[in-house]
Amino acid sequence: MIIANNVSKKFNNLVALNNFSVTCNKGECIALIGPNGSGKTTFIKTILGMVVCDSGFVTVNGVNIKNDWKYRDKIGYMPQTGRYPENMTIGQVLEMMQDIRGEKNSTNLDEELIERFEIKSLMHKRMRTLSGGTRQKISAALAFLFNPDLLILDEPTAGLDPVSSEILKEKIIEEKKKGKLILITSHILSELDDLVTQVIYMQDGCLCFHKSIEQLKEDTGHSKLAKAIAHVMLNN
Amino acid sequence: MKKIIKYVIIDILRNKIMIAYTVFLLVLSFSIFSLEDNSAKGLLGLLNIILIIVPLVSIIFSTIYVYNSAEFIELLVSQPLKRKTIWMSLFTGLSSSMVLAFLIGTGIPVLIYQPDITGFMMIIIGVLLSVIFVAIAMLATVKTRDKAKGIGIAILLWLYFSLLFDGFVLFLVFQFSDYPVEKLMVTVSMFNPLDLARIMILLKMDVSALMGYTGAVFKDFFGTEIGMGLSFTVLLLWTIVPVWFSIRKFNTKDL
Repeated sequence: MIIANNVSKKFNNLVALNNFSVTCNKGECIALIGPNGSGKTTFIKTILGMVVCDSGFVTVNGVNIKNDWKYRDKIGYMPQTGRYPENMTIGQVLEMMQDIRGEKNSTNLDEELIERFEIKSLMHKRMRTLSGGTRQKISAALAFLFNPDLLILDEPTAGLDPVSSEILKEKIIEEKKKGKLILITSHILSELDDLVTQVIYMQDGCLCFHKSIEQLKEDTGHSKLAKAIAHVMLNN
Repeated sequence: MKKIIKYVIIDILRNKIMIAYTVFLLVLSFSIFSLEDNSAKGLLGLLNIILIIVPLVSIIFSTIYVYNSAEFIELLVSQPLKRKTIWMSLFTGLSSSMVLAFLIGTGIPVLIYQPDITGFMMIIIGVLLSVIFVAIAMLATVKTRDKAKGIGIAILLWLYFSLLFDGFVLFLVFQFSDYPVEKLMVTVSMFNPLDLARIMILLKMDVSALMGYTGAVFKDFFGTEIGMGLSFTVLLLWTIVPVWFSIRKFNTKDL
């Protein structure tokens, strides 16, 4: 579903992605793991077209994303820090997004997270008054709202309370069962254990390995993802 | 595209600065017209103020607005929308709000006191200047990431077009006063939309005699239909070129 081929990106002198190639298929739930500044968010933003790569190309569903924009219809994106127009209320932001996607009052909307996070009671609050955690909830609700085939979650549980975090995890597992492709970055590896099927490990903008989780556990001899990754990091 | 324009305009019209700008223009225009017993003189007074205020507010407000919409733009870019659509909607929304404010603030008083060809000309020029400076602001903001630097550049650009450029032209005229530079002046004036606007209105007011021989040359050129058409084309180019460059830059910008 996503094919990245020799993608390179430089920010001034900082190499964010260096000849990065990876293939992600439908039905997989992939964890993007790596130290801070290893290019995880840059890669995600490249898929979304928010960052334009210097060389190489990315295709989503077989379409080169360069100069294309319709493919984003199929993507639900939850950013690391959700930034929204400060003067708008939650209700207005949700309505605007539905309006832009052309799915206003559509029956195809997935409002489960809006209900379970109890966002309905906060609809009149302005975005600038919200706490970081509430913003994360809005981002999550928006990412799942349009029933996308591809979910990109950048540190989804950072800043969420344990209850909400659990709700989100349940939702991710549910969507995984529907055969969607899910990309997650997170530093809380213990949370990823029961979610992911594959692991992509990045360092300094390069792909270190892309393995299924069973393979990784077998190679490192640890049964927990956190231990396995720690093993890899120490041996590098 | 219409949907995004709608959200941009709603957001701008709620802005208190925009309302203050409209009221300020309205009060200014009415007071100038009622101070002068001859409304043509009033128009001349208004012209000088409009040539300062309209570009200043257009460029500064647009610059700050685009920087403050960074979150909004970021949110839209991750949605199934063309970047060009997002940027053009922002431009259209901003310029139509500026034009609306100008039409209410200055258009109505001018139509009441001076509803002739000069008055109409003045309104058209004011509208064009609003749009031109929104376009220049968009180019300035897309080129710089830093907000303070961007606003600084916007202020410098305004200063350049309203003061520095004239100083530069005066310097040239004095340096080359032994040569016939009048025709050259026509060309040079094309490089500044404010100068072009001022000359076009002054000629319509038949006060070109005040400008001496240069005025006569201007009259010869801008007085003709071709000259007028060309000047309007140049003013339109002053909108299209900055917008076109800013779209090109925005299409490859990292957010």
